[in-house]
Amino acid sequence: MQKISIIFRRELAAYLRSPIGYVVAAVLLLFDGVLFQARALSAGEQLSADILHAFFYYTSGVTMIAAVVLSIRLVAEERQQGTLVLLTTSPVRDVEIVLGKFLAAFLFLAGVTLASVYMPLLILVHGKISFSQVAVGYTGLLLLGSTCLAMGMFASTLTRYQLIAAAVGLCLVGGMLVLYYLAQVVDPPLKGVIENMDLFARRFDGFMTGILNLADVVFYLALTYFFLLLSVKTLEAKRWQ
Amino acid sequence: MIRTEQVSKFFGAQRALGPVSFDIADGEAVGFLGLNGAGKTTALRILACDLRPSSGSVSVDGIDAITQPHEVRKRIGFLPEAPPLHGDMTVRDYLSFAGRVRGMSAAEVKKRLPEVCAQTHLDEVDNALIRHLSHGFRQRVGVAQAIIHAPKLLILDEPTRGLDPFQIVEMRNMIRSLKEHHTILISSHILPEISETCDRLLILGAGSIIAAGTEAELTADVARTGRVIVSARSSDGDHGAIHKVLSAIDGVDHVTYLGRHDGGDGFEIAATGDVRAAVCRTLVENEIDVLRLDRAVRELESVFMSVAVGAGAAPAAIAPPEPALEKVAGGSDAKN
Repeated sequence: MQKISIIFRRELAAYLRSPIGYVVAAVLLLFDGVLFQARALSAGEQLSADILHAFFYYTSGVTMIAAVVLSIRLVAEERQQGTLVLLTTSPVRDVEIVLGKFLAAFLFLAGVTLASVYMPLLILVHGKISFSQVAVGYTGLLLLGSTCLAMGMFASTLTRYQLIAAAVGLCLVGGMLVLYYLAQVVDPPLKGVIENMDLFARRFDGFMTGILNLADVVFYLALTYFFLLLSVKTLEAKRWQ
Repeated sequence: MIRTEQVSKFFGAQRALGPVSFDIADGEAVGFLGLNGAGKTTALRILACDLRPSSGSVSVDGIDAITQPHEVRKRIGFLPEAPPLHGDMTVRDYLSFAGRVRGMSAAEVKKRLPEVCAQTHLDEVDNALIRHLSHGFRQRVGVAQAIIHAPKLLILDEPTRGLDPFQIVEMRNMIRSLKEHHTILISSHILPEISETCDRLLILGAGSIIAAGTEAELTADVARTGRVIVSARSSDGDHGAIHKVLSAIDGVDHVTYLGRHDGGDGFEIAATGDVRAAVCRTLVENEIDVLRLDRAVRELESVFMSVAVGAGAAPAAIAPPEPALEKVAGGSDAKN
């Protein structure tokens, strides 16, 4: 646990010291604001619940991309710069490396995501939505962000090239996004299996409408765990190569 | 301290190392010498528990490095070829981080930092960002991170790589001072680095240990099979006559004419044993002036050239120290 904390603090400081952290934060907030203004608020007279739904719809897209961008550097950059060897030759377990880095990226992403909370708060103040709807929506964003971070981190452990890691990470996320549409053209029972694997259309809808479905929470947590486990196993495997 | 038995490493179907077996005693400073691609870095990474060997066993301080890598890592400080430095951190923060991930408490790091900074001459830059440091200082930070937790075994992979001559001397002195506290394993393809800092040498070629011993033990072989460069001048300017005289000397196997050399005619003599005295005496007796008489290359370099090239490494991979010596290396290659 102590090693996780040491790596976590080093990674978090790296985000705060490097331009990538500020660039991602600025771009994420800019896109959130622009999409909120241009898409969610510009459709004429709407129910405030619909505006909130639209806000979480657009923000989730930005969050997924930001998560992949933040995570691809976690291992690939260290491997490219030759700094990973400090950790791999220290008495630190691969799982501690992965968790320390993941938690730092997650906390940074969570901070930046939560910085957009003023927009749903505006809807809360001027419209008829409850605070729990906002809270559920942000819970969904953080779960979705954490899943995409884990996918990006897995991509990052595969290669030393950040560009390749980004491409793999985006393909993984993109692949899981289109599963819902793939499910529409196949027959049962495969249809049900694929539909349940979908990352967004089916799983995230409840969060956007303020419904906290335990199955969706477990799905995102399980997917995060799965990709973090793959990351650990990939780091271990690299030692055998 | 270190015991390796039949260690080998394959990257896919490509054999990078082994099988190699060697022991290193506590307190020894051992040099890994070899041409680029000889397997030095692979061997060091295995010893540093950064890579697992494909087969064989490695133990450090009696602890198996394959089944208990964590315990071994606690005892090792590793400086890879490119120091693992975070440019966005200050020297102090980075060394603290390195100490903490190696299992030191915050209090231990705080106590140890000034000692390490003094030992590696980093006192003046301990608050500077690493990315602002010169290459020489970065290399020192690399050494500092390797010794921050006072490891028993220090593994340095090409520690003088990219340093200027002044920095090389400083690094050598630093390594000498570290010998008092650590067992040291250094790799290099530069002979003086190894010969001037290490007690014992292991010469690697094509993934195997092709020679091992102290410098004196290794160079004893060269004295027995010497190569000599001679520059001589006869009164009539006939280099053919000089060639004939040299070829007739007892112990001389082969004489090669090198052309005009040092104001006379140059010859390279391949001989069994040290024939320098006989060459000098015979030439003078035949009224031939001796302008220069040298062993072909430095003793240790001769060992390196003969065993490394003989082991199948490409001669072109050798960085030739000076033009005259290239011929000798080529001759050695031809002979081997």
